[in-house]
Amino acid sequence: MATNLRVVRALGMRSIRQTFRRPQLMAPIIVFPTLLLAIQTGGAGGAVDLPGFPPVQSFLQFMLAGAMMQSLMLAGNSGGIALAVDIEMGFTDRLFAAPISRYTIVLGRLAGTAALGLLSALWFFAIGLIFGTEIEGGIPGALLAIALVTVTAMAVGGLGAAIALRTGSASVVQGLFPLVLVVLFLSSAFFPVDLMIEPAKTIAEYNPLSLIVEGVREPIISGIDASDTANALLAIAGIVVLGLVLSARALRHRLRVG
Amino acid sequence: MEATVVIPAWRANLATIGALMSRAKNELLRVPGAAIPGVLAPTIFFLGLNGVFGALTQLRGFETGTYESFIVPISMLQGAGFTGAAAGVNLARDIEQGWLDRLLVSPAPRWVLLAGGVLSASARALIPASFVLAIALPLGAGWPGVDGLLVTYLMVAAMAAVAACWGSMLALRFKSQSAAPLMQAGMMAAILLTTAYAPLALLQPWLAEIAEINPVTEVVEAARQGFVGEVSWAGTWPGILALAGLLAVLGALALREMRRTGA
Repeated sequence: MATNLRVVRALGMRSIRQTFRRPQLMAPIIVFPTLLLAIQTGGAGGAVDLPGFPPVQSFLQFMLAGAMMQSLMLAGNSGGIALAVDIEMGFTDRLFAAPISRYTIVLGRLAGTAALGLLSALWFFAIGLIFGTEIEGGIPGALLAIALVTVTAMAVGGLGAAIALRTGSASVVQGLFPLVLVVLFLSSAFFPVDLMIEPAKTIAEYNPLSLIVEGVREPIISGIDASDTANALLAIAGIVVLGLVLSARALRHRLRVG
Repeated sequence: MEATVVIPAWRANLATIGALMSRAKNELLRVPGAAIPGVLAPTIFFLGLNGVFGALTQLRGFETGTYESFIVPISMLQGAGFTGAAAGVNLARDIEQGWLDRLLVSPAPRWVLLAGGVLSASARALIPASFVLAIALPLGAGWPGVDGLLVTYLMVAAMAAVAACWGSMLALRFKSQSAAPLMQAGMMAAILLTTAYAPLALLQPWLAEIAEINPVTEVVEAARQGFVGEVSWAGTWPGILALAGLLAVLGALALREMRRTGA
């Protein structure tokens, strides 16, 4: 157990260092979501005057959760790309030959992705606070939102890891980038579902990501809501289970094909 | 004794540019999948932004009837930005693999080597632009008229050339594909820090100030005019002037980096 934890920690630290050293991995996690947050806040900020828009202090306050979601989704994708690169370069084969549990290899990568999710949550909270955003849920609300973002990053990273293990190809995982954008746009990440245009509105209503977004957003714009938090946790649990099942199958496949 | 055939320099330069463009075309034909992200990304942005922010047209002061009409030129220009940035990434790959070194020992002038990539990007940008337009028109974007369409395509092609100069400059500076995010982020910022999402009067004050001094705003407005109203020379020339200025500045900077690379 202690050995496994040490392996997970070492691989997690490696994953974080890798991301900071490669700008092409770091940019999607911090640079693009920050840029898009600024542009959308400045360009569509007038939306808060629309009838039916939930009461918020500012559009930035509303958008913080969306920016965090975008960042963590791309962190999961970047984690998958990095794992696929490890497979292509033969690093994973060396880990498979080591006397360690196979699952620690995946968990190490996921720990790194979770840490990046935590970093992203802190980054966007810092941006919000610098530009005068109030966190209506106070410190408990902020901590809840940060925890939800961190766990979601790990859950989404599980899906990225499963695809990386299955395909062993960085370009295939990288090709999922547009899909990440589709899932984001078709959720309540950037706008209230009630004000979206059909068919995006209906799809967003059923998109589990919307539940997570609302779970993160509520503590920021109005305070902790038990029902929104429970829904978010349920959606995260669903993604975790899916990620675990797919990762386990993909890992077995990878061990079989080498 | 054999007669020596002297080819005029301008013809040799044109032939070299043609060969470099042909190489880019071959890349596209042989690896068509490589063009998919450049086509998909602006299309997703178009569909996504329209679905998400479509209700903005209900705001007082938003005079365009449909958000599809308002946003489609932005997505077409985004496609140009991505395509131009991709030209920079391809150049960085050529540097990493030593291909550019071989070109640099050829007698072709440096500007010719640069022009090949830039003009290829201009031509390639018409693919995502046409794809986005083909999606947007049935979804409710207004027909811009032949003159409006020509102006939009001119803006798209020239914007791709601007983006290719920007990407090439960075590729020659950093000599690594790792600079790709900078190439893409720069173009994304240039195109979106304008009246991309809403008219100037509805932007937040800080963005309105940036949009007013950002030359790409004139390009956006020129490309958009056919979709939201009448096309006029008064609405077109500021866009042409902005693109000429951007091309002159970024082209000169890229050429300077190219000359330094060969030195």
